Amino acid sequence: MLTLQDVTKSFGSKQVLEPTNLSIDAGNTYVLIGPSGCGKSTLLRLMIGLVEPTNGTVEFQGETLRPERYETVRQRMGFVVQDGGLFPHLNGYDNVALMARYVGWTQQQIQARVEELASLTHLESDVLQRFPIQISGGQRQRVSLMRALMLDPDILLLDEPLGALDPMIRSELQTELREIFQSLKKTVVLVTHDMGEASYFGDVIVLIREGRIVQQGQVGDLIAKPAEPYVTKFIQAQRSLIDGEKS
Amino acid sequence: MRLRVLIGIAFLLALAFTPISCHEAKMHVGSKMFTESVILGEVATLIAKDAGESCLHYRQLGGTKLVYDALCAGEIDIYPEYTGTITEEIFSKRQVSGIAEMRQLLSADGIQMTDPLGFNNTYAIGIKKELADERGIESITDLTRHPDLRLGFSNEFMDRSDGWPSLQQHYALPQQDVKGMDHELAYRQLDEGIVDAIDVYVTDAKIRYYDLVLLTDDRDFFPVYDAVYLFRTDLDQRAPNVVQGLSRISGQISESDMKEMNGLVELHREVENRVAQRFLAERLGVQVEIEEQTTAARIWQHTVEHIDLVRQSLIAAILVAIPLGVLATRRPQVGQVILGIVGIIQTIPSLALLVILIAPVNKLGLSSVGGGSTTAVIALFLYSLLPIVRNTHAGLTGIPVSMTESAAALGLSPSARLRLVELPLASPTILAGIKTAAVINVGFATLGALIGAGGYGQPVLTGIRLNDTGLILQGAIPAALMALAMQGLFELIERRFVSQGLRIKSE
Ligand SMILES: Nc1ncnc2c1ncn2[C@@H]1O[C@H](COP(=O)(O)OP(=O)(O)OP(=O)(O)O)[C@@H](O)[C@H]1O
Ligand SMILES: [Mg+2]
Repeated sequence: MLTLQDVTKSFGSKQVLEPTNLSIDAGNTYVLIGPSGCGKSTLLRLMIGLVEPTNGTVEFQGETLRPERYETVRQRMGFVVQDGGLFPHLNGYDNVALMARYVGWTQQQIQARVEELASLTHLESDVLQRFPIQISGGQRQRVSLMRALMLDPDILLLDEPLGALDPMIRSELQTELREIFQSLKKTVVLVTHDMGEASYFGDVIVLIREGRIVQQGQVGDLIAKPAEPYVTKFIQAQRSLIDGEKS
Repeated sequence: MRLRVLIGIAFLLALAFTPISCHEAKMHVGSKMFTESVILGEVATLIAKDAGESCLHYRQLGGTKLVYDALCAGEIDIYPEYTGTITEEIFSKRQVSGIAEMRQLLSADGIQMTDPLGFNNTYAIGIKKELADERGIESITDLTRHPDLRLGFSNEFMDRSDGWPSLQQHYALPQQDVKGMDHELAYRQLDEGIVDAIDVYVTDAKIRYYDLVLLTDDRDFFPVYDAVYLFRTDLDQRAPNVVQGLSRISGQISESDMKEMNGLVELHREVENRVAQRFLAERLGVQVEIEEQTTAARIWQHTVEHIDLVRQSLIAAILVAIPLGVLATRRPQVGQVILGIVGIIQTIPSLALLVILIAPVNKLGLSSVGGGSTTAVIALFLYSLLPIVRNTHAGLTGIPVSMTESAAALGLSPSARLRLVELPLASPTILAGIKTAAVINVGFATLGALIGAGGYGQPVLTGIRLNDTGLILQGAIPAALMALAMQGLFELIERRFVSQGLRIKSE
């Protein structure tokens, strides 16, 4: 579905991504994880062309990503960022409907699709009538997800979608999100730095350290067959938190 | 959506350029910014009317250069002038000697000159009568014996080539205490005994009012300022009877006639056209009807003219400045140039800008002087650019990166991003810029009166000329109210055009 071939990224003289090969297969959920500043967001943004690779190519559905094709390609992708990225001048409904109107859907089509997505994301309809500033963080993420799903994209890219939420809402939304992913059978790439979240969502976990993919595979692989000691160290750093909770 | 933008622009253009006030007159008279010129302008206007021509008087225009250029350009057809001004100002670069040479130079510009009207309004030095009697001062030469006298001259006289510096040389005047001041103030300071001698025009009504003695120019320093009419040569064909009518005035207005007429206006608050009408009736037996206008009708007319100036210039500025602001954001280098240029325009003094614009506007075949003057509209347009360009630029560059990225990530084209996301997000800032421009514009539009474009500046200028606070307020108060109305209007527009989602934030 989406492949990165020998992709590197430098900002000025600073290389933030070493030569990277990654293949995202259809129907799976990939989780990019790693410490802050390791390059997760950069990798995700490369996939949608918000960042252009210094070297190498990004291919989406067999087609190399080029600036002149960004608009068409991006309309087949859904993108959600940490704070939702909703436009403050549009109410929830208009945020969600924006792209559908732009590509020329009818009023009825839009209406039907919004209702469908609202029930999928468990959003009360009156929330959509309010502006982003008038709704809670959790609601904002749901609206943002609706907007990303509006045109029924082939792939969903989420950059710490739950990062700004309190633990209760977060865990509630985790459950919902996984249900949604499973019911839609979408290809998903999700960025997090929480190992628990990663193992909860991830068919494949991609562990990144300082601009380099250290290991990718299922949680079990990472625990049982770490590619290097750092993998274990990273997982344990997170586990110790859970241990601390138990005692 | 794109269609709606086009319709919006078409609507604005229609709003800007649908004529609401129209001045239809075949002939135009001009006059300069002082009472005598306005009275003589009225006289010429009535003469033209008597000859059966529809004629409009653009009163108290900005200055000699402006009026003369307007005459050459055909924006006005007649205006009163002085021979001294023609030699000392209009043709100051050449040494003009004599009437014949003057006529020759004028005719090269397509201008003719009537014979002198009958009085010489030159400069003179005036002192209080008591002082003259007490010290026995009669001529300027006598001043050399009284070095203690304090002189107060109008700023213009201090600067002119035929003013104080050469007068001092010519007579070898010894006075040390010489101050430049406003002409009006000079009279009052003389009256209060703060200065002893001032410069005056010999037909000035205040000479009698303040009981001044004019010193004889015994060594012929001051040039002759014979009053004449200048008119366009083509008037000979277009309106021969007007030219004939003008020639009938030659030699008819004596120094004391003019002094009296000036006095009627300045000291007795009579209206210029009444004074001119009476003079023509009494002296030449010419009876001309004059149209009376009530104060309310006059204020209404000024309101219409003022709105006209403001709406055309402001809407044109909006349509140009917003795209410029967008361009400045998209191309930072070009942007620096654009912001620099509109910034510099803002610093050009308004009268200078008007004078600079008259010639090119005229070349384009547009009306450069007078009612609905394109010059005034362009000047106001230029002044309105800065706040709108700057705020559009600031509004767009101030949008958080996360917003522009979200818009891009959705797959919107750059132009759709601008239209659907960036401009709406910047709209509060852009509207604030437009509001600033509108309020500034209402104030600046009063300057349109300097080139006869009418508006609230008209009563203000007349009020300044006649030192009449009531008249000044007749322009200043409605202008202030209009500025407030603008403010209100834009608050309404803001409610309509700025998304509620952006406005709640400030609550
Ligand atoms: N536009 C940019 N210009 C320069 N450096 C950048 C830019 N964007 C990112 N970087 C740098 O690239 C590196 C990777 O950044 P990135 O945002 O991908 O990290 P991240 O893994 O998403 O971190 P976090 O978990 O904190 O979000 C960081 O060192 C960051 O400072
Ligand atoms: Mg990140």
